[in-house]
Amino acid sequence: MSLHILKTPISREEIQKIKLKDTVYITGTIVTARDQAHRRALSYFREGKELPFKLEERALFHCGPVVKKNDAKWQVIAAGPTTSKRMDIFEEEFLKNSKTRVIIGKGGMGRKTTEAMAKYGAIYCAFTGGAAALGAKAIKDVKGVKWLDLGIPEAVWILEVKDFGPLIVAIDTHKNNLFIDIEKEVEMKKQKILAKLQG
Amino acid sequence: MEQVDLVENVAFNLINQAVVYLPEDVKKALKRAYDEETSKIGKRQLKIILDNIALAEKEKVPLCQDTGIAKFYIRAGAQVKKLDEIEREILRAMQRATRDIPLRPNAVNPFTQKNSGDNTGRFTPSFDWEIVPGDNLELTVMIKGGGSENFGAIGMLSPSQGILGIKKFVIDTVVKAGAQPCPPTILGVAIGGGTEIATKLAKKALLRPLDKPNSDPSIAKLEKEIFEVTNMTGIGPMGMGGKTTILGVHIDYAHRHPATFPVAVALNCWAARRATAKIGTEGKVEYLNHNLF
Ligand code: SF4
Repeated sequence: MSLHILKTPISREEIQKIKLKDTVYITGTIVTARDQAHRRALSYFREGKELPFKLEERALFHCGPVVKKNDAKWQVIAAGPTTSKRMDIFEEEFLKNSKTRVIIGKGGMGRKTTEAMAKYGAIYCAFTGGAAALGAKAIKDVKGVKWLDLGIPEAVWILEVKDFGPLIVAIDTHKNNLFIDIEKEVEMKKQKILAKLQG
Repeated sequence: MEQVDLVENVAFNLINQAVVYLPEDVKKALKRAYDEETSKIGKRQLKIILDNIALAEKEKVPLCQDTGIAKFYIRAGAQVKKLDEIEREILRAMQRATRDIPLRPNAVNPFTQKNSGDNTGRFTPSFDWEIVPGDNLELTVMIKGGGSENFGAIGMLSPSQGILGIKKFVIDTVVKAGAQPCPPTILGVAIGGGTEIATKLAKKALLRPLDKPNSDPSIAKLEKEIFEVTNMTGIGPMGMGGKTTILGVHIDYAHRHPATFPVAVALNCWAARRATAKIGTEGKVEYLNHNLF
């Protein structure tokens, strides 16, 4: 369970050294996207259009922040992770086309995303759900916002962060998946509990 | 000044308190969970939660970015005047809170997918009215995020399944939710009454403080049993394993039709945000679960 301080851009070699349950902090650029932004990004890929933001060797954050506009400048007030499972259906195609290195979210992702991460060289990091004040504190600047027509939570926020974390590696590039491991254990425990209740 | 003239300000303060400060009973339960957690990753998650709570209080910012959909529970004395204006005042408070605190705009039209931008819309926020004797006006806000709301469930059990059936249904609901509702969570469970009453009571049960078991000892016993078995699942803080999955269980019930046995479960994440105030006559306002004003 070692500690990694990652600075974007992050290389494939670097990401492959990271193991399940390691702790990660990120410094550099992270970009938010939720359901609607993923949907639109996929339509861009299919039409061969370039995205108006760069994810290559950077981090994607499943998050819809609380923001405030002071004069012309946006400020992030609160930014914790949203449920990553909702993005499972998009992520293989998204990873392939965007070359994202790190996905930050909560609750874990499924088998298909795990396979895609091994294939394209990416990891999934869990950020504590609800830890939005801590998240916002690590955000030093809002570099820009795209697709604001999707609404504040669904827009793409391009953020400059310093020591964003602590994040726990929950999917590594070797097809290990912490949440799936725990789910299996929980299922076994549930069967035992139910058997005991039946008496 | 009439009570209704104070509603906008009081409602604004309640929303503000709720999104920034957790009630003492929730904080205490999280601290206890942190002391007792044995899983290394689980303990770490609880530590981050506690740090985040302290930082939000210090900086006076929302502790979670999902500032939810607000639900207002209104207990109005029958003597209170201008009851018909109260909802309008609360809507104003909601819009002001969205702009000034600020909150994340979360009210989306399900057909056009358009976000209203100010957290108001059709049945949003929602209002639950109780008319009680007297002349006090009590307002409670519950701020409920989407992550935990997604895993609420209702089961129409067969009456013969009885108490064992309730326990199994709750365990299934908690396991199905897994990591998604940001555990440790709080469970509101309601039995009987048909689908709408059960779901409503389950959610309302989440307003009860964690250190207050049901006043009926046999129900309090069931609360304790469900608390123990759901914590044996090993889901743990944030679903990353550990012995803290549930912080508390609150049960309520209504009488049931002989042929039905509804069981509703409402989940609340650890960010269990609620705040209550009482507006008396002559402009006296008391904030009941936070002493900030
Ligand atoms: S489930 Fe609760 S703590 Fe988690 S992100 Fe949603 S509102 Fe925040």
